[in-house]
Amino acid sequence: MPTWQLRLLRGRPGSSPRLETYRVELPAEAYLIDAVEKIWAEQDRSLLFRHACHHASCGACGVRVNGRERLMCITPLREFSPDGVIQVEPLRHFPWLGDLLVDVSPMMRRMAEVGFAIIRRDELTADRPLPEGIEQITRFEDCIECGLCLSACPVMAADEAYLGPATLAAIERMLAEPRGGDTARLLTLADDPHGAWRCHSAMECTAVCPSNVDPASAIGRLRRRLIVEKLRRWIGGGR
Amino acid sequence: MREVPRWKRASGWIDLRGRREGGLAFLLMRLTGIGLVIYLFLHLYVLRLLAQGPEAWDAFIAMAKSPLFLALDGLLILGILYHALNGVRVTLLGLGIGVPHQARLFWGVMALTLLMTAIAAYAIFTIAG
Ligand code: HEM
Ligand code: SF4
Ligand code: FES
Repeated sequence: MPTWQLRLLRGRPGSSPRLETYRVELPAEAYLIDAVEKIWAEQDRSLLFRHACHHASCGACGVRVNGRERLMCITPLREFSPDGVIQVEPLRHFPWLGDLLVDVSPMMRRMAEVGFAIIRRDELTADRPLPEGIEQITRFEDCIECGLCLSACPVMAADEAYLGPATLAAIERMLAEPRGGDTARLLTLADDPHGAWRCHSAMECTAVCPSNVDPASAIGRLRRRLIVEKLRRWIGGGR
Repeated sequence: MREVPRWKRASGWIDLRGRREGGLAFLLMRLTGIGLVIYLFLHLYVLRLLAQGPEAWDAFIAMAKSPLFLALDGLLILGILYHALNGVRVTLLGLGIGVPHQARLFWGVMALTLLMTAIAAYAIFTIAG
């Protein structure tokens, strides 16, 4: 069985973080989350990290692997060489709680402010007849609120008040299918210097998103909608 | 909770670790944009020589024909071309147009920038040099 070398960022707020190397034996079929859990179970019980589902659904296990944002549970060890080092660090642009753990509440609060409804009408079966007794087929929204896009976004680095890719994509989804949401309020929320207009099209959100949300395109659609609304108001003699 | 110092957070956009084409394009856009603003002031500063009569201006022009100066002109053209061409790319992407092709568009911008800079450099050194 191959031995993998992991370099984990360790430390607690108030002290400077350091990188520590660990060795774990695991088959090549294992995933990064298995390696981190094994380090926690066998070498250091004080290691802080988050996970729940182990299958890219809960969005809890986001970290930076060799600098790039990934979900640990779908990052296969076979991507790396046992001779090399896998460096694991916490996500950027969130308050750091220690080791690989960050506080995702700033993002969660914004999603709550949007009123992001995670159950959507299923568009894949929309034109098929419904089975008897079924009123509507629903599914979950794509976004698993993992925060990888916020960590990858260079604008998020410079502007703490920026709503961020996940939240803007959520607003765009709520506008497309309001489900009782207040669309006028959502448009006002997005039409802000720290909203849809703050994006600089670095495209890193879409590049790292593990769930095909494509926030960059969503922000583009949101801007087009805001422009149309503004034109309509001007032409219509409104504000 | 550890507070990230303001200066450190504000300079986070420079950190390219883990980034791909889009992040690189953004960084270069910002650096060329800042470079162009600095150049604009330099340019206005030099233009003030015009008010000091023909001698002052001719002396400057003589210096501007030195190979070092011509090379700097090439660098300026490189920056302008990248900024302008990527500006078109960013305008489209910002409206959600062409997002799936953004990386290819970036390499296209790079190729066009280098090609047009090479042509311009050739022209500069054959005509002015
Ligand atoms: C054909 C000419 C030009 C085009 C098409 C263009 C296009 C653009 C675009 C689209 C942006 C926004 C980039 C983003 O959202 O990150 C931008 C930013 C900028 N441009 Fe230009 N630009 C041009 C010329 C200039 C010139 C002549 C200057 C300086 C005198 C300049 C200075 C800047 C600066 C400082 C930024 C801000 C960069 C940032 O915040 O990241 N640009 N330009
Ligand atoms: S948009 Fe994608 S990367 Fe961002 S939080 Fe949602 S699932 Fe994660
Ligand atoms: S553990 Fe749930 S997404 Fe990775």
